[in-house]
Amino acid sequence: MENETKFVIKGGRVIDPANDIDEVLDVYVEDGMISRIGGKKNYQDRAVIDATGKLVMPGLVDIHTHLREPGREDAETIQTGSLSAVRGGITSICCMANTTPPVDSSAGVRFIYDRARYAHCWVYPVAAISKGLKGEELAEMFDMAMAGAVGFSDDGRPLSNAQLLRNAMTYAKMFELPLMLHEEDLTLSSGRHMHEGVASGLAGMQAVPSVAESGMIARDVLLAEFLEARIHICHVSAKESVDVVRVAKERGVDVTAEATVHHLLLTDEDVVASGFDSNFKMNPPLRAKDDLAALIEGINDGAIDAIVTDHAPHPPEDKDCEFAVAPFGVIGLETSASLVYDKLVRPGIIDVKKMVELMSYNPARIVDISAGTLSQGANADIAIFDPEHKWTVSGRAMASKSRNTPFEGWELTGKPVWTMVGGEVAFDELSR
Amino acid sequence: MKEHLLGLEGYTGDEILEILELSKTFRQVLDRDVKRLPTLKGITVANLFFEPSTRTRMSFELAEKRLSADVINFSASTSSVKKGENLRDTVDNIGAMKVDMTVIRHGAVGSAQFIAKHCKTVVINAGDGAHEHPTQALLDFYTIREHFPDFKGLKVCIVGDALHSRVIRSNVFGLKALGADVTLCAPSTLLPMGVESWGVKVNCDIEEAIRGANVVNIMRLQLERQTAGYIPSLREYGIVWGINSELVDLMDKDHIIMHPGPMNRGVEITQDVADAPESVILPQVTNGVAVRMAILYLLAPRSGDIHE
Amino acid sequence: MIEILDKDHLARSITRIATEVVERNAGAKNLAIVGIRTRGVPLAERLANEIETLEGIRPPVGTIDITLYRDDFKEITSSPDVGGSNLLFGVEGKDIVLVDDVLFTGRTVRSAIEAIIDYGRPNTIQLVVIVDRGHRELPICADYLGKKVSLKDNEYVEVHISEIDGEDRVVKVTRK
Repeated sequence: MENETKFVIKGGRVIDPANDIDEVLDVYVEDGMISRIGGKKNYQDRAVIDATGKLVMPGLVDIHTHLREPGREDAETIQTGSLSAVRGGITSICCMANTTPPVDSSAGVRFIYDRARYAHCWVYPVAAISKGLKGEELAEMFDMAMAGAVGFSDDGRPLSNAQLLRNAMTYAKMFELPLMLHEEDLTLSSGRHMHEGVASGLAGMQAVPSVAESGMIARDVLLAEFLEARIHICHVSAKESVDVVRVAKERGVDVTAEATVHHLLLTDEDVVASGFDSNFKMNPPLRAKDDLAALIEGINDGAIDAIVTDHAPHPPEDKDCEFAVAPFGVIGLETSASLVYDKLVRPGIIDVKKMVELMSYNPARIVDISAGTLSQGANADIAIFDPEHKWTVSGRAMASKSRNTPFEGWELTGKPVWTMVGGEVAFDELSR
Repeated sequence: MKEHLLGLEGYTGDEILEILELSKTFRQVLDRDVKRLPTLKGITVANLFFEPSTRTRMSFELAEKRLSADVINFSASTSSVKKGENLRDTVDNIGAMKVDMTVIRHGAVGSAQFIAKHCKTVVINAGDGAHEHPTQALLDFYTIREHFPDFKGLKVCIVGDALHSRVIRSNVFGLKALGADVTLCAPSTLLPMGVESWGVKVNCDIEEAIRGANVVNIMRLQLERQTAGYIPSLREYGIVWGINSELVDLMDKDHIIMHPGPMNRGVEITQDVADAPESVILPQVTNGVAVRMAILYLLAPRSGDIHE
Repeated sequence: MIEILDKDHLARSITRIATEVVERNAGAKNLAIVGIRTRGVPLAERLANEIETLEGIRPPVGTIDITLYRDDFKEITSSPDVGGSNLLFGVEGKDIVLVDDVLFTGRTVRSAIEAIIDYGRPNTIQLVVIVDRGHRELPICADYLGKKVSLKDNEYVEVHISEIDGEDRVVKVTRK
């Protein structure tokens, strides 16, 4: 199959929000591109992929991933992370800059692209805003933009210094790349491990209030409004944050926002129910039920533009400890599509077209990469999703080097079964 | 009885009363000339204290020795664990020496649950962060019961740092299950989020909170609360929330005064209140040994439980 | 189920034992009777009554629970009820008459002796049992005995006491 350059994916239900398509059509691929959708049937001289009963969608785009390379190749590499991605129907990932050392120079950006040549999907570096992610001086953003960074972020740490952020916003306007902001008021959050609410109060856990996030978002959307700058808010988790983003959008601020799969599905009560399993520890923390409800409202009314994984691998030896000591983060590349489909689409909370918008079309627009559509001439990045496939989440069975998933043991219906990246089959469970 | 004692959350009033009833037997033993029982001969208990503690550790050790168990002690500060000494490895290593039961005190919430989940040992939580300290609460209940046989409707006022206190949490879970009428009193900065949903009364005004109470249980105030900015000073706390004899006069005529120790005399409790005839602070300490003997007895592994 | 002793037999045995106890201890002045929970307790009361009839003095009666003294703790699969012991009189220097229903392996008696000694140092400890069924595992024998029977491994003795079982009767049962 590797040598094939012509494919037809036949009989599947094609979902392409970019072209407002939702019908059973054949998708033709030639020379790594979508050559056409529908039209005269031609199953000759090409590999025929039978997608009858399946969903055919543009490959998913995850704009918030941590691949740990360079520095923590024991937790994840670009190779293993990208394999995990294609197994989850994801064909483009944007990796955050908080590696060791951080991606805060054009050399770092080029290192990622160099390693990405052997990756299983498209890998785009998000570069640091500040040197060493220290929040003190601007990193060489222009140089990194020219080297191909698709966005800038100190993700993992907030930019506490408003003056530095102001300069970053103004500077980034010159090359029209988004600043992807991790919002956290460290004076309210340092040394704290879960969401501050009823559950943390009962547990006696040192806890982070929602306002540690929403307060900083408010500052930054107002700053962006003042500077007419473009910003993207990472992993919105609190209901107040959704409100702030919504109001900012109404005021015309050039802001987009993302929510993670785990914040859409889990709450602080799950932390307690797990017996303080460190696989339920991430930053921002799992919030309360009404926060989850607000995020759902946000993805439905457009306050939230994208669903991301915030895939944050940590090896078992780092995570296998008491909650307070464990590092923040959970993995998600291999489970995101299935979880969103099973828990949001199947119950009718969103429709499948919305799912593709949130997980492919919109995120691709946010970082402005050529992905997220099945338009004629687009990269042949395609995911086939079997809506009936039943499977059980198992961290050990994943391609990721880490297995810190809070969804261990979940029985899900619906799974990506075949993934094409740039016209090459990157994952195939369909023919089994 | 469950497999471990991790906390009192989820225990029913009857389950708690059963433990208190059994504790009576062991309490009687403490009044004998020979205070030792051969019951846990051959059982080995490890006391793992990752936080400094004198009283709780001694109380457990004494309870273990009075039951003829073999005892080993391990003390380390939580900070040294953070420096790469893995809690699971520590406990596994001690378990590999064929230890049957583990008493653990650790600064992290959920650490007792973590050990129970990952290591092959019976776990008794001697305090995990600000989460639970079940044996302290049980000895408090035992002491209350010596004076007030029925918990139903008993007015219990708990004064102190509800935000950081594991003793308060375990007391609240247990007292609610037993049907007591609980009022929490603390400065507003030391009340956790959502405390209004705990099913207890909350009142920052100590005069209102203590009025008519049968029991006042006074918590130690840590000096760190001042440096972390939760209260302006220990002095101010003492003036406003320190329990003095004028406040005790507001209690029901039939009342007792409790404190889990160690006391800051002159801060959360005045000298005359601590030493008043109604003070049961020293009986609490005695009862603690008996209650811990009962817990050890109930949880000690029977044949085939632990070592295969 | 085969009857070993009927109601009248049992009563006569206790009367006889009372006589022997008083004879051997030259009266009842220094005696204390201790019943081993559960059936030793009413038997101890009856023995004290008989001694009172003979001597005009009723020796103090206590109870002992040997649960906490058992040597087979690890084999007990469930948590047994701990009834607690009640030895309000001081055991120091007393002639203790320990009462149980059946003497079998001897382990219960051994535990009871240890428990009593933890309360103090008695002058003597003497043992009363209603039935000795043999199969001893420890060097223990009864000082006063109702009846000795020899049984197969699958045969057991049950002593029924009216205070507990609603009838006075000793029977032999066979269990699988």
